[in-house]
Amino acid sequence: MPMNTRRLLRGIGIVCALGLGATACGSDEGGSSQKQVSAENIQAALKKGGTLTVWAWEPTLKQVVADFEKKYPAVDVKVANVGTNSDAYTALSNAISAKKGVPDVAQIEYYALGQYALTKGLDDLAPYGADKLAGTYSPGPWNSVTSGKAVYALPMDAGPMAMFYNKKVFDKHKVKVPATWDEYVEAARALQKADPKVYIANDTGDAGMATSMLWQAGSRPYTVDGTKVKIDFSDAGARKYTETWQKLLDEKLLAPVTGWTDAWYKGLGDGSLATLTTGAWMPANFTTGVKNASGDWRAAPLPQWTAGDKASAENGGSALALPALGKNKELAYAFTEFANAGEGVQARIKGGAFPATTADLQSDAFQNAEFPYFGGQKANKIFAESAANVADDWSYLPYQVYANSIFNNTAGKAYISKTTLAQGLKSWQDASVKYGTEQGFTVEK
Amino acid sequence: MTTPQPPATAERSPARPSAKRDRRSWTGWGFIGPFAAVFALVFLAPIGYSVYLSLFRDQLIGGTTFVGLDNYQQALQDDQFWASLGRVSAFLAVQVPVMLLIALFVALALDSGRLYGKDFFRISIFLPYAVPAVVATLMWGFMYGSQFGLVGDINDALGVSLPDPLSTELVLASIGNIVTWEFVGYNMLIFYSALRVIPHSLYEAAEIDGAGQFRIVTAIKLPAIRGALVIATIFSIIGSFQLFNEPVILRDLARNAITTDYTPNFYTYSLSFDGQQHNYSATVAIVMGLITMVIAYVVQLRGMRKGA
Repeated sequence: MPMNTRRLLRGIGIVCALGLGATACGSDEGGSSQKQVSAENIQAALKKGGTLTVWAWEPTLKQVVADFEKKYPAVDVKVANVGTNSDAYTALSNAISAKKGVPDVAQIEYYALGQYALTKGLDDLAPYGADKLAGTYSPGPWNSVTSGKAVYALPMDAGPMAMFYNKKVFDKHKVKVPATWDEYVEAARALQKADPKVYIANDTGDAGMATSMLWQAGSRPYTVDGTKVKIDFSDAGARKYTETWQKLLDEKLLAPVTGWTDAWYKGLGDGSLATLTTGAWMPANFTTGVKNASGDWRAAPLPQWTAGDKASAENGGSALALPALGKNKELAYAFTEFANAGEGVQARIKGGAFPATTADLQSDAFQNAEFPYFGGQKANKIFAESAANVADDWSYLPYQVYANSIFNNTAGKAYISKTTLAQGLKSWQDASVKYGTEQGFTVEK
Repeated sequence: MTTPQPPATAERSPARPSAKRDRRSWTGWGFIGPFAAVFALVFLAPIGYSVYLSLFRDQLIGGTTFVGLDNYQQALQDDQFWASLGRVSAFLAVQVPVMLLIALFVALALDSGRLYGKDFFRISIFLPYAVPAVVATLMWGFMYGSQFGLVGDINDALGVSLPDPLSTELVLASIGNIVTWEFVGYNMLIFYSALRVIPHSLYEAAEIDGAGQFRIVTAIKLPAIRGALVIATIFSIIGSFQLFNEPVILRDLARNAITTDYTPNFYTYSLSFDGQQHNYSATVAIVMGLITMVIAYVVQLRGMRKGA
């Protein structure tokens, strides 16, 4: 697999999950000082044309750009991949602080939006008419791009979580596919016993995965109110997660393989990694990255903390936003709406993206799509149900990008030493509090 | 080293009439101008800018404020910074002597003239230095892998369980191994070229006086290359304090064992690029630069004094 694809996939997969970062920040910003932009203004701008710079790593945008330029020949859209994930945020932050070379449109993941919204780095899209799109998107993604009346971005995709499992491995060792996390631990033991080379999953400590797990378990470690932040990893939900995960760590039931590495792809292909809990955007990566295991894998709902529950969480997902210092605002908004609410959505679904738009999620064509990779399973039904069951009161820190970058420095110790996961999360909490205080937030432990 | 001496002394000479000195100094500036301009632009300006940056603090909430020397005070009390400095100091104390002794031994062996295929050994020992550090680290990273790397294969093939070179306890030693592999050849070449300029008449005289090979090494060769030894030591000290590529790349394989504040350079990098704390990052870089300068200077003073 080519290196750039790998980087891309890593970017999509690593960390993050959609959250209420934006919702949580700057809720005191009621109104907007920006001028109203009418649909006529936008149409006129499209006719007049111009050049648009888009910073994004989402591969399905390529088709969208082609379609857009075909429809509006006067507009020239230049997509630049300035890096994936945190690399892109470094580039964007640098451009914003230099007040030079800021793109007109930027791809930003939900967990990182809060930071830019809070520091007034993004335009409010409500004056362009984005506030009327509220019903277009499923509540999770929509909540994560809005703050009060302001809309800071249009959701591009979503990552409601599911458990992918290698059916062949489970069948071979006659192990029951887990429906709860307790059964998950049991299955992990059973698989290891049957074949010491088989692990239930890989995990070397991943901030995005950990926060998604906490989210599903009902933990709400981050409370954000404007510049007041509270961080607490000791609620009941967090305890459920750390106690279960500690068993997996203590008994060495998790493969010490880092996601998106060669070893990881190999493990997904050869049956040594039996499950993968992640966002619904994963199937496209299976088809391209783990070709040899086609037909082995299936999708299932996320294991539950209480049998019979349907709790879910998000992992990954990003939006397109208009940096305040960008130019060609009308064109930029027109493109964003085309890509994320208009005709672009269908093109992106065809390319393998997981939509955030309700109409597409509920359409028969989408729900009944059969995945040859999953043996013809109609996996979108599971994903759409997961999307509907995501609790939407989660919020990320307004500096989650940094917090995630130090996850392995702190909580990572639980994976390689006698430090427990609960202690690890506590030191992650302390380090996050320290940074928040240094950055001028009022942080409460 | 071989700069003609007379002009320098003339310039430095203080007791001259002022008119004459003016004319002279302008001529001098003409010569030094191009160098001085480039020196100021690429050397002094970045340092000056870093010092300027280090006097401010930029916060997500509150923006940029002038804080005077607060950042320096913070750096001196920063556990993460001192821990990373301690780590590279331990690295320095063990890896540099090992590397330099190996390099010295190889250089003496090559110079002894008793080695068959001398040119082949010289080039093959030097070769790792020609491999970019990034490539070298990736290569060693593959070998270190206890899951899918060479270590893992050996474990599988022989049914043994070698200690994981990328575990918290061993990873610093593993990095030391990579750096030694990379730089033995480079240091060997410095020593070897210093050995080559020793006049052969000295060896002949020593032999006539009845000195054995070992005595020639200790009494002639080592004292003669003291300058080269000091230089190589200083380079290695600076190199150790600037350790960056190896831990950054190996972190992909051992991201819990290697933290983003593993070495001072890695720490300043993550302060700047993960945390957007450019001002504090500049401060740490300046403090680290000063510490490196002081230590390198002390080593140079000590080394040269003994040599005199």
